[in-house]
Amino acid sequence: MKTDFGTAILSGFDYLLENYPEVFVIGQGLWSPWYVGTTMTDLDKKFGKERVIDTPVSESACTGAAIGASLTGMRPIIVHPRMDFMLYAMDAIVNQAAKWSHMFGGQAHPGVTIRGIINRGGEQGAQHSQALHALFAHIPGLRVVMPSTVTDARDLLIASVLSPDPVIYIDDRWLYSQTDELEEIVELDLSKEGPECLMEGNDLTLVASGFSSMQAREVCDLVANKGISLEIIDLRILNPFDASKILESVRKTGRLLVVDGGWKACGMASEVISSVTEELELGALKSKPLRITLPSAPAPTSATLEREYYLSNDRLIDCIINLVR
Amino acid sequence: MEKPDLTNPKNFHSPINVSGMDLDLLIKFYESMSMIRKAEDLLAVKRRDGFIGGPVHLGAGQEAIPVGVSPSLNSSDFVFGAHRSHGHLLALGSSLHKLFAEVLGKETGHSKGMGGSMHLWDEPSGFYGSVPIMAGTVPLAVGAAISAKLRKSSSIAVAYLGDGAVEEGIVIESMNLAKIQKAPILFIVENNLFASHMHISLRQPSSYISRFADASLVPSHILDGNDVVEVFKTARNSINDIRSGQGPQLIECLTYRFYGHVDWREDVDVGVNRSMEDINDWRSRDPIKRLTESLLEINETIEDKLNDLNDELNLNVQSAWELALEDPFPAKDKLLEGVYA
Repeated sequence: MKTDFGTAILSGFDYLLENYPEVFVIGQGLWSPWYVGTTMTDLDKKFGKERVIDTPVSESACTGAAIGASLTGMRPIIVHPRMDFMLYAMDAIVNQAAKWSHMFGGQAHPGVTIRGIINRGGEQGAQHSQALHALFAHIPGLRVVMPSTVTDARDLLIASVLSPDPVIYIDDRWLYSQTDELEEIVELDLSKEGPECLMEGNDLTLVASGFSSMQAREVCDLVANKGISLEIIDLRILNPFDASKILESVRKTGRLLVVDGGWKACGMASEVISSVTEELELGALKSKPLRITLPSAPAPTSATLEREYYLSNDRLIDCIINLVR
Repeated sequence: MEKPDLTNPKNFHSPINVSGMDLDLLIKFYESMSMIRKAEDLLAVKRRDGFIGGPVHLGAGQEAIPVGVSPSLNSSDFVFGAHRSHGHLLALGSSLHKLFAEVLGKETGHSKGMGGSMHLWDEPSGFYGSVPIMAGTVPLAVGAAISAKLRKSSSIAVAYLGDGAVEEGIVIESMNLAKIQKAPILFIVENNLFASHMHISLRQPSSYISRFADASLVPSHILDGNDVVEVFKTARNSINDIRSGQGPQLIECLTYRFYGHVDWREDVDVGVNRSMEDINDWRSRDPIKRLTESLLEINETIEDKLNDLNDELNLNVQSAWELALEDPFPAKDKLLEGVYA
């Protein structure tokens, strides 16, 4: 039986709350079905409102509280149903969670998981749309995780919560309806996870994360029909970033395309291309590396502009054909 | 009868009321406050003389607060500090040598030489971190309290913060969250009337901050923060209530720091409502001086004992410093260690 991405996240929460008494969840909307889709349905009823805590409208205090609880041995998950609002918690995330281990000589362990949901489209506009993974991937001390597959949605959530480090786990609601077969749960060591090849090919290395990786998978067959063999690498772990698999792939294909759902400047696509090209042998590329990102503007509300703003599969296919041709 | 204005440095110069207090405990207070004062005064001199490379925020004058609070805490509680936290840590019985070593950036320090004066950690003493971002640890302390509640342990959290920190919105959020969660936490506001160089009258419409607790229905107490016995009694009662599950409380302690905001100069912030006259008046409200006078009132023969104690403390402080000076710095490969667990 196939499971959808949202339900896979739910089963991750279920596993964690069932097996680890030190896990608790805190955040806005956790007792409401519409804040977080199907990803947390009835957890409060099953595990109690003491461990699944719906909160005041205080992103900063709740994130700080989750960090403080983690210092005393708990494994909290703080949920931000929209990443845009999570910016209120930047001090807690950047100044506190990311710094405490190093700053206290490795003695403090803020093993908190900070779940930020990307929730865009539908004419929601500038402050209800952002994909801010690159912002967090800039910070040493944070692990930044972006699942794209149904299995990763569940298993990387579990790995994040079991990690002794602060983890930003980012899931995109545009991924929730995809379905796949779920295997048995495997408890992964997050520090050993990194980018993975989702599809092997010879003509072009396409690197992406989250929803962009799903788009890459969606166009893979369509470009194969045009004789282009894509190698798709899903980033999965954006920080600390390990470029080695991508480098290896580009040496084989000679072409690199990075598709990212964030902005271009100082973004994840830039990081991937720099990390690969500064290691790559001169002459190893058959074409210039290319970034496809959001336009450098806030998200619009009007539907016509929104269609322009987000990358369509058709436009992605055109870019791929142009690059390989 | 209404109390005279605690913010006026002309008031509260007389000895403190120690009636009914155990003499040994009072001497412990004296010893702990004196040790902290001597440590801070030594740090001031060593910073001035170039031994210490980074900033030190000294709390000389404010010792009665942590010394009055700490006897009601134990090592399974969670204490959080801020930039001016040497006293918060030492009052818990934490190692002075490790504090000096940390200030000097030595690997034997509380934070293994990675934190310095502003970033202190001593889990065995129940000290869960101090940081210089204003109010940065306040929500963390609420989380530690929520964790104690979830585990049904008797631990409580203590958040030390200042009158400047309450101007950060996060403090209001934190008190509201603590109250709605019935979290076992004591907020202790050391109201020394200054945020860096700015007097509270230039920053807030009132010189008392406990009105912020009222908004979240957090019970609060305003007291003379330079009276170690009053701090002790109030904190003990609050902590008992909090341990028994009655939710958060706030204690506002009016006090004053003898040094400027940072480093060794007492006159550094003078000019923005901080005059040498005020500083001298506040020295008449010195918590150690007032306790000494009280002790001598009840027992004249105690002077010799206090003198002996002072000699011993001087030696201890000096030898802790010398030991720390000899300690090694962190190896260069520590730079990239500990970013992740």
